[in-house]
Parts: sequence; structure tokens; C-alpha cells
Amino acid sequence: MSDTTTTENEELPTRRDFIYVATGMLGVIGAASVAWPFIDQMRPDAAVLAAGQPIDVNLEAVEPGQAITVTWRGKPYFVRRLTEDEIASASELGEGDMKEFAPIETRLGGEEVKDWVIVSANCTHLGCVPKVIDTKPEGWNCPCHGSVFDMTGRILRGPAATNLPLPPYVFTSATNLVIGTDQA
Amino acid sequence: MSTLEHHGTYQPTTGLGKWMDARLPLPRLMYDSFVAYPVPRNLNYAYTFGGMLSIMLVLQILTGVVLAMHYNGSTVGAFTSVEHIMRDVNNGWLLRYMHANGASFFFAAVFLHIFRGMYYGSYKEPRELLWILGCIIFLLMMATAFMGYVLPWGQMSFWGATVITGFFTAFPVVGEPIQQLLLGGFAVDNPTLNRFFSLHYLLPFMIAGVVVLHVWALHVTGQTNPTGVEIKSKTDTVPFTPFATIKDAFALIVFFLFFAYFVFYMPNFLGHADNYIEANPLVTPSHIVPEWYFLPFYAILRAITFDIGPLTSKLLGVLAMFGSIAVLFVMPWLDTSKVRSAVYRPWYKVFFWLFVVNAIFLGWLGAKPAEGVYTFLAQLSTLYYFGFFIVILPLLGLIETPRRVPNSITEAVLAKSSKRSGGAAQDAAASTDNKA
Repeated sequence: MSDTTTTENEELPTRRDFIYVATGMLGVIGAASVAWPFIDQMRPDAAVLAAGQPIDVNLEAVEPGQAITVTWRGKPYFVRRLTEDEIASASELGEGDMKEFAPIETRLGGEEVKDWVIVSANCTHLGCVPKVIDTKPEGWNCPCHGSVFDMTGRILRGPAATNLPLPPYVFTSATNLVIGTDQA
Repeated sequence: MSTLEHHGTYQPTTGLGKWMDARLPLPRLMYDSFVAYPVPRNLNYAYTFGGMLSIMLVLQILTGVVLAMHYNGSTVGAFTSVEHIMRDVNNGWLLRYMHANGASFFFAAVFLHIFRGMYYGSYKEPRELLWILGCIIFLLMMATAFMGYVLPWGQMSFWGATVITGFFTAFPVVGEPIQQLLLGGFAVDNPTLNRFFSLHYLLPFMIAGVVVLHVWALHVTGQTNPTGVEIKSKTDTVPFTPFATIKDAFALIVFFLFFAYFVFYMPNFLGHADNYIEANPLVTPSHIVPEWYFLPFYAILRAITFDIGPLTSKLLGVLAMFGSIAVLFVMPWLDTSKVRSAVYRPWYKVFFWLFVVNAIFLGWLGAKPAEGVYTFLAQLSTLYYFGFFIVILPLLGLIETPRRVPNSITEAVLAKSSKRSGGAAQDAAASTDNKA
């Protein structure tokens, strides 16, 4: 038994080394493949996704100054009709008044329907439903952690960092709103 | 550890005992761990919460398993099934009140247990792993309690779940997918309730598993004691049974007296009336508050109202809250003092009691609305919370002059008793010193 042969044998990969590595790698791939379904099953399932179809909202009964809450994909959304005063008070706000500036036009329904505000009803801080208030220019305040939004859902102050998000929506007529798609 | 000399050896006397011992020496393990096991002779009542906690875990699992036999884990049936347990199921009200108040008492005991560890330096070498296992148990307890609170499907359940899963949206890019993965949807709903029920049933058994490791690690290093001096000889210890057993049993009965008072006379004192209103995704309760044992951490979350550079206040708040627990894990390496027990650390003692008062104050702030002076006070309190760990612990160990630490537990005990009874015990102290 010479030393040189032993070292050579140790340095050269043997068939056993190959089997170790191959088995180990296949084992890792196998474990990862089996782990995936266990994680994947936690994601929103087909039924939850199907419930995300666009919804129709009839606006006939909503007067200026009123707000209604509708549900799409299990989450609440505000549909609020502003008065002339309220639009005016929101228009006066400038970049320095809010944490995330967005021009007022981008927050309102559109040319024909610019007295409408359609925003998520979950506070962008931690998801509570803000209360509708009418202390112009403030339009919502959140009872949980004190975030205050303007008439168009832009964040004025408090722990929330971003404006109430706008869902995809489209007005199919002056009194009918579809939330969940922006295609008429 | 070889220095832990046991008080006696297990000797099976019966035929069955000998038969068992040769095949599965479980009685021997129990005898060595809970009868002949040496515990320091100077343990006080601060050293009793560990045993209490294991009993509370068993109680929670027992009442929980029974409640699960009557509970309906769907958004349609959850709320009514809890009312059904309260009104129709025989003794259901008792089992549910025991389970709900049991969670509170579990946390009360674990807070006292943690404070004990902090005061007597139980986290220090060689017990770092023991301490970390304890921190893991604490984290698992918090997750379990949170998910359990969602199950009655009341307003606080629903909005608590919304707020807490909302923490994850603070993380950029990955936040929202993670939240949807936790919820199984875009909002808290049936899939959320189902998986929380499943995990709420699972986690206590994982806690039990980590408790086994915790006790194992404890029995390798031995317990600390009020002097912080390690066990050096057999005279420093007494056998676990009857000494620790009777002490723990007595404390447990006193603890259960308080527990029973809450269960029978004020079962809803620690709860929230809003949770007797069924969950409604369209209406947020006017004042969302977590259970009392989460309040200090909730106050830390809300204290951060300012942005730092690109980091938003929301992300910072969530990081501070997670950090307030994460910092416990590294406590053994933050404390630079060579002296273990606060008894011999005059300044640490002061900062420790300040920490306790501050923690209670944070809890009080957590229940107040997040506005005006409360926010400012919460910021101060949060500063001290982190300052205690990150600044005071490392610095104090370097600059503090500790008092003289006794040579052994026996010396400390005898010195104390001689002070009490005049000079009589001094001879005894001298003679033991000679022996050592």
C-alpha cells in the first residue's frame, strides 16, 4: 500500500462520489417540486379569482354630497358624488398640502362625470375602512391610526403613505358605473 | 454537565419497573429530570413561571381540542357556532372562557418569565440557546394567539386580521403577493379563516416541541438562581422533588385562583365588546385595539409616524415592531457585563425596572388613540425600549462597578440566614467554607 496511490484515489472522483452528488441533486429538485404545491395552494384559488368579475353600480339614487360603498373582489370601494364646493376645496390643495401629490383631474371620474370619485375603501396604511367626513378639504379619516384623506382620496397626513388607489372602472352611461374593468 | 450532581439514582423495585427499565427507561428519565434533578437551593418565586407555563400550554390544548369539536370554521358558521358553544353546548361557556382567558394568563406568565430571565441574567453564557428557544416559543405563542383571535369571526377578529396581514404590504414589491398568499384572496375571507383554523390547531403542538428542547437545554446547563453564581457543589442544590415540586404546585394553585376569578366573575374583562358583533367587511370599528398582550408592540408600530429617506413611516413602523422582538434574540450578545444577576449590578437594576415600567407604559399607550401627545409619548417610550438593548446593555457592562459576588450559592444563603438570626449561623458558614 503506497501513499501515492491512496492520494490519487482520494482525489479522483469515484463512481460512489458521482452517485452521492447525483442523488443529492435529484433529491433537492424532488423536494423543491413537492414543496411547490404546498405553497402554491395558499394563493387565491379559482373561485376567489372568478369572484373578481366586474360589477355594475346603479348611480341613479346618489345625490351630490353622498357616498356609497360597494364590494368588488371582496373588498369595499367608495363611490362618492361631490358637490361643487367640495370639488372647489379639493382643487385648491397644492403639492405642499399632501404626502403624495396627484393632480385633481386624475382623481375624478372624467370630463362628463367629473363630480364622481371612485376609490378603494381600504386605508393604504393597514386596510381599515376610513370614515366619510365632510370637513372640507378633508373627505375621509381613518379611525384606526388617524390617516386623513381629501375629498378625492389623496393622503393629507397620518401614517398612510399613499393615496387611496383607484380601481379600474368605466361609466357606461351617466347613471351606470362598472368597477373592475376600464373597457366599455 | 458533570457538575450537576443528582440527588440519588433511579432504582426500579417492581418487576414491571425492571422490565420497563431494560426496554424503554422512561420512568428513569422522569426520575432523573423531575425527582433527583438538582435545583439551586436559593430559588425564589420568580423561578416558578416555567412550570406554570407548561401547565397552561396543556390546558390550552385540552380546551382547544374540545372547542374544535363544536366550532365551524367557515365565514357563514363561525360566529354562530361560537354563540352555539356559549349557549347550547354543555359547559361550552366554561370551556370557551377558560380558553380565552387562558391565553391572557399564558401571556401574563410568559411576560413574568421573560422579565425574570432579564433580571437574573438567565440569557447569559452558557444559556444563550436556552434563551433563543424561549424567544422562538414566544413568537409561536404570538402567532397562535393572533390566529386564535380571528376564529370567532367578530369585528375585532376581522379587522385585527386585516391590519396585521396589512403589515406585509409595507414591504415594497413582494409585500402584496405575500399578503395574498397569507389571505388566500384579496381580502380576509373564508380561505383566510380556514387556514388560520388549521394553523391555530397546529402551532400549539410545535410550541410543545420547542418546549421539550427548551427544558432539555435547561437541564444540560442547570437553572440559574438569584445570585447568578453557577452550582459548584452538591450543597448548593436540593432535589427537584419535593422542594421545587411543592413550590411550583403552591404557586400554580395561587395562579389558578386568579385565573378562576377571571373565568367565573369577569370573563370578558380582557376582551372587546366589538368582537360580539359579527365580522363586517364594510364597517371598521371606531377604535381597533389588539388584545392587551400585544399592546406594547402595537404602540411601537404606531409610534413611527415619520419617513427616513426612501423608507416610509409604514415600513419603518412594521420594522420597528418586528425589531422589538428580534432584539430579544441577540440580547445575550448585547449585554457585556461579566456579572449575571441584577442583585449585584446597582445600575442595571435601575435600568431594568425602568424597562419594566416603560413596557407597561407602552401597553397603556397602545390602547390610546394614535394622535397628539400619545404619539409623542409613544416615540419616547419606543426610544427607551430600543435604547435599553442597543445602548444601555453594551455600555453599562463596561462602565458599571458591580458589588461583590459571593463565591458560592451556599455562601450567599448562609450569609443571608446569619444576618437574619444574628451570629448563630456564622459558625456554620465558616465550616461550609472550609469544606468547599
